[in-house]
Amino acid sequence: MHLIVVGLSHKTAPVEIRERLAVPESRLGEALTRLCSYSGIKEGILLSTCNRVEVYSVVDDVETGYGRIQEFLADTHLSLSSEQLTPHLYWHTGDRAIGHLFRVAASLDSMIIGESQILGQLKDAYEVALAHKTTGVIMNKVVKKAISVAKRVRTETKISEMAVSVSYAAVELAKKIFSDLHEKTVLLVGAGEMAKLATRHLIAHGVKHVRITTRTPQHAVDLASKFGGTAVPFDQFKDDMASADIVLVSTGAAHYLVGAEDVHRAVEERMNRPMFLIDISVPRNIDPAVRHVDNAFLFDIDDLKQRVEQNRAGRVQEAEKAERMVVEEVTTMLDWMKSLEVTPTIVALRSHVDDLKRAEVDKVLARLPHLSPQDRDLVEGLASSIANKLIHRTMVTLKAEVNSSSGPAFVEAARRFFSLDQPASPVQQIEPSRESLRYHPESAAESGAEDPVSETAVRKRAR
Amino acid sequence: MAAVCFMVTMVLYFVATMSFLAYLLRRSEALSNVSLAITAVGFISHTVGLVIRMVEVSSTVPPSFSDALSFFSWMIILVFVLVEFRHRIHVLGSFMVPLALVSLVSSAALPETVPTLQPVFKTLWFHVTLSMLGTVGFTVAFVAGVMYLIQDRLLKSKQFNVLYSKLPALDFLDHLNQQSIVLGFPLLTLGIVTGAISAEFARGSYVSWNPEQIWALVTWVFYFVVLLGRLTVGWRAKRAAYLTVIGFACVILTLVGVVLKET
Repeated sequence: MHLIVVGLSHKTAPVEIRERLAVPESRLGEALTRLCSYSGIKEGILLSTCNRVEVYSVVDDVETGYGRIQEFLADTHLSLSSEQLTPHLYWHTGDRAIGHLFRVAASLDSMIIGESQILGQLKDAYEVALAHKTTGVIMNKVVKKAISVAKRVRTETKISEMAVSVSYAAVELAKKIFSDLHEKTVLLVGAGEMAKLATRHLIAHGVKHVRITTRTPQHAVDLASKFGGTAVPFDQFKDDMASADIVLVSTGAAHYLVGAEDVHRAVEERMNRPMFLIDISVPRNIDPAVRHVDNAFLFDIDDLKQRVEQNRAGRVQEAEKAERMVVEEVTTMLDWMKSLEVTPTIVALRSHVDDLKRAEVDKVLARLPHLSPQDRDLVEGLASSIANKLIHRTMVTLKAEVNSSSGPAFVEAARRFFSLDQPASPVQQIEPSRESLRYHPESAAESGAEDPVSETAVRKRAR
Repeated sequence: MAAVCFMVTMVLYFVATMSFLAYLLRRSEALSNVSLAITAVGFISHTVGLVIRMVEVSSTVPPSFSDALSFFSWMIILVFVLVEFRHRIHVLGSFMVPLALVSLVSSAALPETVPTLQPVFKTLWFHVTLSMLGTVGFTVAFVAGVMYLIQDRLLKSKQFNVLYSKLPALDFLDHLNQQSIVLGFPLLTLGIVTGAISAEFARGSYVSWNPEQIWALVTWVFYFVVLLGRLTVGWRAKRAAYLTVIGFACVILTLVGVVLKET
């Protein structure tokens, strides 16, 4: 079992590649199912945002896994060949894969370090994977851990306080075009997360008039009531553009919604008052040719990225702190993953049961000093036999499931049933006196089923 | 005495110009206050120089072209200080102070004998002042236009450099451009009208069609069209910026032409 990640991000691939590879939300489930149909792929999560497309997977063999996922990615989009894709991809396994996921979740790998959306996107991706049952023990644990690492980073460092997101960069740019946002009107086209966030920022900076349009009319109405704005029918938004000073476009459409002609007309209608257009969609929704329209200022996601990269320096220190946390958490995660291997679990189970048996036998024998050596052997034999029988099926099952996809689940279950991961085993916690034995809730919960039985059995025999 | 003051002023404006240009290219805001202080001291010495000069020639009107340019330079700084006080746009200094310096240096380079006006107008300080204030208005419009075009270019080409961060928002620059013309145009109009009226009194004709007057009228018509275009057909933003830059170039060329002809 190996955890691997194959993907590309804003750091390795331009928007032209990313927009082609991005998997729309509606097709995520189907893609995941396809991913897990490849042989050797046990678990999988597909994280597809505008800045990255990554496949996290648990595979039998690392090299084969890399190959399969690359094949999967190349098949995602017909116009992309493996040759085009490969130069933009990165591959990680083991601690590097875990570290990568943690860094992504904690927004250390984001375009804007410390932005908070990626965590939500990861949670969404995980939800989809859960719904399609493409995750197992390892993935569940790793993703949950990634989410908790992200939260820890956010609370323990100032990274999110200092960070500005792409949506904030949009506000910053708006202020270089409009000195006072109070009288300005924003037109929000589509309901992408980043665009909504940018709208919220703009409102916080004084924008009073918000107009919203989405393909689903009800959605626009809902959003409008949320932002205190007006809903605009989707088929009319282009006519409405002239009244907007700031146009934020973020839809899932796979083509240009706004052409240079539309913007040109709007600017003319506005008597050349400048217009600020932000296209946060991938694939892009505003024709890049808008750049050539006078008094219209178009910025796409890569432009915002550029703006924001310059602000990074100040956040480097906080990010370094966060990186140290990630390293720490990766170590714990690796320990856990190692524990999932079958052999060490069997060894641990064996020694755990032996310890338990030894403790119980010693306790009983101490109170039966009159027993002959033969009787003592008998008592010991009884204890060993019960202990062995109790764990026999567990051992057999573990060995049988070594190579099945549910193997880690069995290992995990065994470790939890027998508390194999706790540093101090219940045996050591149990004092030799009966009082402590009775009042120890932990031992009652974890080994209680055995103890009374063995104890009474021993007592009966002693009489 | 006045010459000494102008010399000192020139040195101070030069230092202020350098300082303002350095301010423009460096991320730190620290230089803006230094530059402003130097400019302020220069302005005081300039004022003193102008007053002494006025007493020396016993005229409220600049007696020569050289004096007119010096006065013009003084008014540029005055307007800059007023705008700076109102809007706190330090970066304006990086454009206005160099202009004032150029104007003052040209003033020093010109012989003091070149007359500004026919002797008739010697006492018409308001005609001169109004016309010059109008021109200063166009100068500010020009500076706002240049700044607009730079910022427009930076935004379009996505160059988020120091200059980008220092320059104000586009709509502020467009507004400054508009306000400067809206204020400058009536001042120039009044200047021309008062000039024409006094000409009528002095010579019996409103216009004598000398090159200076023709160019003044051309300038007036140009800015009238610019203003009208803005109010009616939306000649604002980038177009307005271009037009004011062209207009100002015309104004300067006219002045240079007049001076060359006179000398």
